[in-house]
Amino acid sequence: MSDAAFGDIDNRSNKELRELVHKNLAGRHRREAIFRTLGIAAIAAALGFVIILFGIMLSKGLPAFWQANVHTEVYFDPDVIKGGPKPVQEAGQSDADYQQKVLAWQRTVTLSNWNNLVEQSVRRLAPDLEVEKRDVLAIITSAARFDLRDMYVNDTSLLGKTIPVALLASADADNWVKGKLPRDLPDERQQLSKGSRDLADRLLTDGSMTFDFAMHIFTNVDSRSAPASAGLAGAFMGSLYMMLVVIVLAVPIGVASAVYLEEFAPKNRWTDLIEVNINNLAAVPSIVFGLLGAAVFINYFGLPRSAPLVGGLVLTLMTLPTIIIATRSSLRAVPPSLRQAALGLGASRTQTVFHHVLPLTFPGILTATIIGVAQALGETAPLLLIGMNAFIANIPSSPLESATALPVQIYLWQGNENRHFFEGRTSAAIIVLLALMIVLNAIAIFLRTRLEKRQ
Amino acid sequence: MDIVQDQTAAATVPGASTPAPAGEPAARVVTRDVSVFYGQKQALFDVSIDIPDRSVTSFIGPSGCGKSTFLRCINRMNDTIDGCRVSGIVELDGEDINRPDLDVVELRARVGMVFQKPNPFPKSIYQNVAYGPRIHGMTRNKAELDEIVVTSLKRAGLFEEVKDRLDQPGTGLSGGQQQRLCIARAIATRPEVLLMDEPCSALDPIATAIIEELIDELRENFTIVIVTHSMQQAARVSQKTAFFHLGKLIETGDTEQIFTNPRHEKTQDYITGRFG
Amino acid sequence: MNALLIAALLLVLLSVSYQMGWSRSRKLADTTGERLHSRPVYHGAFVAIWAILPALLVLGIWAIFSKSASEAYILSQLPPEVSTGPQGEMVGAIERVKSIANGFGVVGEADPTESAAASAYSQFRTLTTLVVIAVSAGLGVLGLFWAHSRVAHRFRARNSVETAVRIALIACSGIAILTTLGIALSLIADAVQFFSFVNPLDFFFGTVWNPRFQSTGADAVGQYGLLPLLWGTIMVSGIAMLVAIPVGLMSAIYLSQYADYRVRNVVKPIIEVLAGIPTIVYGFFALVTVGPFLTGIGNVFGLDIRATSALTAGIVMGIMIIPFISSLSEDILHQVPRAMRDGSLGLGATKSETIINVLVPAALPGIVGAVLLAVSRAIGETMIVVLAAGNSPVLRLNPAEPVSTVTVTIVNQLTGDADFTSPQSLVAFALGLTLFAMTLVLNVVALYIVRRFREQYE
Repeated sequence: MSDAAFGDIDNRSNKELRELVHKNLAGRHRREAIFRTLGIAAIAAALGFVIILFGIMLSKGLPAFWQANVHTEVYFDPDVIKGGPKPVQEAGQSDADYQQKVLAWQRTVTLSNWNNLVEQSVRRLAPDLEVEKRDVLAIITSAARFDLRDMYVNDTSLLGKTIPVALLASADADNWVKGKLPRDLPDERQQLSKGSRDLADRLLTDGSMTFDFAMHIFTNVDSRSAPASAGLAGAFMGSLYMMLVVIVLAVPIGVASAVYLEEFAPKNRWTDLIEVNINNLAAVPSIVFGLLGAAVFINYFGLPRSAPLVGGLVLTLMTLPTIIIATRSSLRAVPPSLRQAALGLGASRTQTVFHHVLPLTFPGILTATIIGVAQALGETAPLLLIGMNAFIANIPSSPLESATALPVQIYLWQGNENRHFFEGRTSAAIIVLLALMIVLNAIAIFLRTRLEKRQ
Repeated sequence: MDIVQDQTAAATVPGASTPAPAGEPAARVVTRDVSVFYGQKQALFDVSIDIPDRSVTSFIGPSGCGKSTFLRCINRMNDTIDGCRVSGIVELDGEDINRPDLDVVELRARVGMVFQKPNPFPKSIYQNVAYGPRIHGMTRNKAELDEIVVTSLKRAGLFEEVKDRLDQPGTGLSGGQQQRLCIARAIATRPEVLLMDEPCSALDPIATAIIEELIDELRENFTIVIVTHSMQQAARVSQKTAFFHLGKLIETGDTEQIFTNPRHEKTQDYITGRFG
Repeated sequence: MNALLIAALLLVLLSVSYQMGWSRSRKLADTTGERLHSRPVYHGAFVAIWAILPALLVLGIWAIFSKSASEAYILSQLPPEVSTGPQGEMVGAIERVKSIANGFGVVGEADPTESAAASAYSQFRTLTTLVVIAVSAGLGVLGLFWAHSRVAHRFRARNSVETAVRIALIACSGIAILTTLGIALSLIADAVQFFSFVNPLDFFFGTVWNPRFQSTGADAVGQYGLLPLLWGTIMVSGIAMLVAIPVGLMSAIYLSQYADYRVRNVVKPIIEVLAGIPTIVYGFFALVTVGPFLTGIGNVFGLDIRATSALTAGIVMGIMIIPFISSLSEDILHQVPRAMRDGSLGLGATKSETIINVLVPAALPGIVGAVLLAVSRAIGETMIVVLAAGNSPVLRLNPAEPVSTVTVTIVNQLTGDADFTSPQSLVAFALGLTLFAMTLVLNVVALYIVRRFREQYE
C-alpha cells in the first residue's frame, strides 16, 4: 500500500508504523504475561487459604476425636458403696412416695467414696508404683466417678463384682501423653505432678492406656469440672431447635413474600420500597438482629433469655431476605409463556401461581432453604446478645429451655483456660460444624439435580 | 484472470495465491479451503476466495450461512471464541496468518474490524479514537496523537459534528454517529484491510446512507470486506460479491454480474427473494 | 397440655368446617344440577377460613394480654402495700404466688395472704381459660354457620378464598418492613434512653472509651467516646479490603477472562466455600494460626506484631470477603457486553490491555457497588474481631497493636451482667444504631449503583 493512502495524515510511511508496532510487541506481551501471572497468583492465594484453613482445622481437630482411656477392672466394693439395696415399691405405697425413696437412695449412693474405686482400679494396673491418691485421680477425668455410680444405679447386682471398664483420662493426662506440653518443663510449670506423669507414662507403655474414639463428644453435654468428657450434645439440640424454628417460620413466610412480590404486587412505590428494604436487610450486620432480639423479643415481649425459640426467631428474621431473594430469582426463571398458557385456559392468577408456577420452582426454593439454614446454623454474634452464651449443663428438652448452639459452643470452648486441651476440642467442634454444613450443601446439590432432572 | 471461482474450481488450485494479471487489482487476502468448527459442529466448509486490493467486497447470504464466521477468520477473531477451530489457509499479502509464530496483536493492527452493533468504549470520543494508536505505541507525542485522531475522525466524516465535544463520552452519540466513531477508531491504526460485520444493521436508513457513502470514500485507501444481509446494500457499495449458503461459498464474482447474471441456481433464488 | 388441647380443637374445627362447606356445595350441585360458580374445594376452604380466623384471633389476643392480666389480678388479691412497694419486690411476690398456684411450692412458709391469692389466682386462671376457649369456639362456630349459609350456586367462593390468600401473602411480605421498623425503633428508643445519661456530643466525638461498670461505684457513669471504636472498625475493615479487593478482583478477572470452563468449574466452587464458612471458624483460625504466624514474621524483621491485633483480624476478614468480591465482580464483568471486549481485541489490544482499558472501566460502577457492599459486611463483622482484634479500645495508629471495634463493644456491653437499663448496657444500642446507620447508607448507595449499572446494559 502506498503512502499516499494516509499521506495527508502524517508523513510517516506505513512501513515505519508497522515497525513501530512491532518494536513495542515484546514489552506488551511481557506485561500481558505479568498480568496473567497476577491472576493465577490471586486464584492460588484464594485456593491456598481454603486448603490452609481446612488443613489446620483437620490437623488440630482430628486427633481430639481420639482420647486417652485407661482400660482396667473395677471392683464394686460393698465396703465403699453405701445406701444398701435399692428400695422396692411396696404394696399400697404411692408412686410419689416410692420416687422419693429412690431419690434418697440415689443420693446416699452418690455420697459414697467413688473416687476410692477409681483410684483402686487404676492402682491395680501399676501396684509397684508409689504415687499419692491425688496423683492417681489427677489422670482420670473427674466425671469417671459418676459413670461408675450410674453403672451401679442401673444394675445393683454389680455389688461385689469385678468388671472391666474404660476410664476416660483427664484433660491434663491427655495433653501429657499426646505430648502437647514440652516434657522438659520444670515441675512447677507442668499441669500434672511428677507422680501423675510417671503413672500416665507407665500406663501408656504397658498398653493399658489407649486412644479410643471419643463418642462422648457427640453424646455428652458441656462440662466445666470435667473438660475431658465435655461434649456437644446440648449445643447440638439447641441448634436443632433453632433450625426447626427457622424452617417452620422462614420458609413459608419467605416463599409467600417472594410469591407476592414477584407474581401479584403492582409495580409501584410501595413494592419498590419493600424491594429496597429486603435487599438492604440482606446486608444488615447479623449483630444488629441480635440487638433487635434482645430489645424486642426478650425485653419487650418477655420471652426467656437463652432460649432456642428466641434464637430461632432472630435467625428467622435474618434468613428471610436470603430465602426471599433466592425464591424470587427462581420464580423469575419460570418462562412467562407458562403463566400466559394457564391464564389463557381460564385459570385465575392465584391458581396459575399455586398450581403451575410454584411447583416448578420447588428445586430453587429447596436450595434457598438449605442455603438459609446453613447460614443460620453458622451464625454466632446475634446469639451472644440474647444470652445463648450461658453455660448449660443439660440437654434442652424444649425450645423454651436455656440452651446454647454449635457455633456458640465453639466460642465458649476457645475461651477456656485449658488452652492445650481446648484448642483440639474447639477444632473438633469446628470439624463437626463444617461437616454439617457440607452435608447440608451436598443434600441441596443432590436434591436439586434429582428434582431438575425429573422435570 | 477472472477472480471469480466457484468452489469446485477453487479446490483444484490449492495453496498459494495466484498472481493477478495486469489490469486487475492484486489480491490482498487469499484463502484456500478454510473450514471452521464450533466444537463438533462444522460451520464453514472449504471456502476459497481472493479479495482484491482497494475495493469493496461484500459477503451476502441468509442468516447463519457462515459469512460472519468467515469474516472473523481474516483477523483471527475466532480465536476469542471457546472451542472454535479453523483449518485451511488464510494469507494476507502472501503471509499465512494462521502461522503459530504470527502475532495476532500485530495482525489485528493491520486488519481492522467494525462490528454489527456500534460498540464505543465508555470513554471520551477522543480516547475512543486514540485507543488503537495508543496501545500500539504508534505515536511519539501528544501532537502526533491529536493529528491521528483528527484525521481519522475527518475520514470517518464525523469530525465536523463532534469537534467541540471531543472530551465527551462516545456513548452519548447517536447510533449512526457511534458507528462512524467505531470506523474512525478502526482506521486510526491505519489498517490495510477493514472488515465490517453488518455495520448498518442497527441503524436507521439515513445513518445507513451516510455510512455507505463513507465506505465508498474509504475504498480509495483500504481493502474493505463487508458482511451484509441487505442485497441492495451489497449492490450499492461493493465491487465484488460473494454468496454464502449453509456454510458454503456458492459463488463469487463482480457485483454486477452476480446480481444480473448469477451462474448458480441458488444465487438466483436468493437474489430474487425466493428464500433468505 | 392446654396448648395441645387447643391445637387439637382447632384442627377439629378446621376439618369439620371444611367438610361442611365442601359437602353442602356438592349437594347443591348434585340436587339441582345447576353449575356452581366455584368448585367445592373453594367452598370448603371459604367456610374453614371463616371458622378458624375468629377463633385464632381470640386466642391471639389472649396470648398477648394473658400475662399482664393475670399479674394485675394477682396484685389485686395481694395486700395494697405490695403494689406500692419497690418494683423488684412486687415482681418477686407475683412469682411466689404463681409458684404456689402451679403447685411447685416456694422457699419457706407461704404467707396466708399469698396462699389465698394463689388459690384465687388458680380459680381465676381456670375460669379465664374456659371463658377464652368458649368464646373462641363460639365465635368459630358462628363464623362457620355464617359462611356455611352463604354457600350457593352463584356465590363466588373462589374469589373470596383468593382474596384471603392474597391478604396472607401481603402480610408475609410486610414482615420484612416490620423487621426494618423494629430494628430502627428499638435501636432508637434504647439509644435515646442512653443519651439521657450521656451527652450525644460526648458519645460521637469522645476519644476515650471507659465504661466503668456499676460495681465500681454508684456515680460511675464512665466515658463513652465512640472514636476509638470507630477508628478500630475502620482500620480492620481497611486492612480487610486491602487483602480482599486485589485477590478477589484478580480472581474474578482471571476466572471470567482467562480460565477455560473446566478450570472455572473446579475453582469457583472451591473459592465459594470460603463464603460458607461460619465467621467463628475464621475467628478461631485467626487466633490460633494467623496471629502467631504474623508475630513470627514480625520477629524475623524485628517488628513487634501482637498476635491479636488489627492486622490479624483484618487479614482474616479479608480472606472471608474474597469470595464476596470475586463472585459479585465476576457477575458484573459478565454483564459488560461482549461487543465491547471484541471491539478492543479487534483493534489489536492484548487481553490485559482490553481488561485494564475497557472492561474494568466499563464495569467500574458495578465493582464499586460490590466493594461498598463488602465494606458494609466488613464493618458489621463480629466474631473475627471479637476473637482476634485484641479488644483494646484505645486510639492507636499502629495496625500491629490490638484494637476494639463497634461490634466487639456491643458484644462486650451486652454479655456482661450489667442491668439492662444501665448506661453500660444501653450504650450497645447507641453503638448498634451507629452501625446500622453506617451500613444502611453503604448498602443503599451500593444497591443503587449496582442497579443503575445493570439497567445500563440491559
